Amino acid sequence: MSDAPLVEIQDLSFGYSSARQILSDVTLSVPRGKVVALMGGSGCGKTTLLRLIGGQVRPDRGYVKVAGEVIHELDQAGLYRMRRRMGMLFQFGALFTDMSVFENIAFQMREHTDLPEDAIRDLVLMKLNAVGLRGAAELMPSELSGGMARRVALARAVALDPMLVMYDEPFAGLDPISLGVVGQLIRRSNDALGATSVVVTHDVQQSLHIVDYVYLMADGRIVAQGTPDEMRASTHPTVHQFIHGEADGPVAFHYPAGDYAAALGIMHG
Amino acid sequence: MAERGSIATVGAFTLGAIRRLGQATLFLGQVLRHSGTSLTRPALTVREIYFAGALSLIIIMVSGLFVGMVLALQGYDTLQTYGSEEKLGVLVALSLVRELGPVVSALLFASRAGSAITAEIGLMKATEQIVAMDMMAVHPVARVVAPRFWGAVLSMPLLAALFSAMGIFGAYIVGVRLLGVDVGAFWAQMQAAVDFEQDILNGVIKSAVFGVGIAAVATFEGFDAPPTAEGVSRATTRTVVHSSLLVLALDLVLTGFMMRMWGE
Ligand SMILES: Nc1ncnc2c1ncn2[C@@H]1O[C@H](COP(=O)(O)OP(=O)(O)O)[C@@H](O)[C@H]1O
Ligand SMILES: [Mg+2]
Repeated sequence: MSDAPLVEIQDLSFGYSSARQILSDVTLSVPRGKVVALMGGSGCGKTTLLRLIGGQVRPDRGYVKVAGEVIHELDQAGLYRMRRRMGMLFQFGALFTDMSVFENIAFQMREHTDLPEDAIRDLVLMKLNAVGLRGAAELMPSELSGGMARRVALARAVALDPMLVMYDEPFAGLDPISLGVVGQLIRRSNDALGATSVVVTHDVQQSLHIVDYVYLMADGRIVAQGTPDEMRASTHPTVHQFIHGEADGPVAFHYPAGDYAAALGIMHG
Repeated sequence: MAERGSIATVGAFTLGAIRRLGQATLFLGQVLRHSGTSLTRPALTVREIYFAGALSLIIIMVSGLFVGMVLALQGYDTLQTYGSEEKLGVLVALSLVRELGPVVSALLFASRAGSAITAEIGLMKATEQIVAMDMMAVHPVARVVAPRFWGAVLSMPLLAALFSAMGIFGAYIVGVRLLGVDVGAFWAQMQAAVDFEQDILNGVIKSAVFGVGIAAVATFEGFDAPPTAEGVSRATTRTVVHSSLLVLALDLVLTGFMMRMWGE
């Protein structure tokens, strides 16, 4: 194994249409074996960055390299070969609604391996046990609570022991107990599988506990980076505002708009 | 000015329709290219036959029965004036096997199973299940679309045959049991007049072609739907309207073609 980072992103720019650029000159790297957080307010382009890493969209400029291969230069077969070694937790779970929890976890094993049925069964139960849901194997996704569905999706993301796992907002909408559990699960499965993880989140407190390195994004750019301790101690105004959850600072809470009083029809003076 | 505006509108509409037809054709090509999985794993397709078939079974059986009964009432009334009531079996069987069976069952199938296919695929797309599958290196067209496509294509002839059988049964009840047509004549004349190639085979070909049309429209609309609740509901409506029109248009073409082919 080389020491080169597993994910290298260089001068990456992207827009869904030419009218509006979502990501501008993003450069970052994710070392092997580490858990790296991508933080930033909603709409700043975090999910889009994961889409670029997974090859769902093509960059306008720059590149994403995973395990030494430039993602947008791969053909369909090459991309699928690469994706077999990636796991992804989708922001809204994206569990297959026509399959039971068990079949959701077994899906990739059935599609990509020739494992006999009893081996699949053991593997699925192990994955479910790790997220504490072995007893829910026969439920359908519609019968799960939000937190349970998230944990099933987590188990599915690591079903084939991928080298790179991407988590999109794993903490959103969880109660405090599930929050801690999910955080620990991400850390533990990264270390147990020898994987590398990218965690996209706007939950500062949770992620600072479990990650090795943080990139902070605003408006499609990387504005700061560092270890969790460096981030906590930072005096950089954006970092300070984000870490401490202040409404006023370099990042405006309000989308640009006209004068509030005038909009409400209140006369001045 | 207003005239030019309306001409431009008609032009834009036509271009839009042609573009969409092109997209649908390309999509159909993609489905055919990715049909290998449906063949190597028949269980996937059988499951979809079961769903598409089971959804439509009751409505098709009941409709077949009613249509057959009405045909018998109407046919008896007309045939009686020529003193040839015993031809009732022939009239009903030919109408059903050649036309009404394939066409009416296809229309019912389009609104029952076709709309369900569009809604299901559209919802899978809206909830990112399709993208998730693609990210797992499993081709969604091969794994989700093609089995549904072939499931619909294969169920269509079976459902059309069932429709015709129920219709003939309904005609038997009304014609023989209620109106008193001779039971021997009813069946014997029917058997003698219905030709395997000309009638039954053509009916099967028609319903298979309708199946391809409905399946193509339904899967394309689902896969192409904007990933929102509104997008999926519009796509579902479009499936019913477009595939019904397509069935009627195809029927005209196929009937013309078959008449000429067997007429010579
Ligand atoms: N499929 C899409 N088509 C067009 N615009 C999109 C699409 N997905 C996201 N966007 C836009 O890109 C921006 C970044 O979105 P996203 O990456 O989802 O942000 P985040 O995950 O950080 O909340 C948003 O302004 C959003 O409106
Ligand atoms: Mg997002």
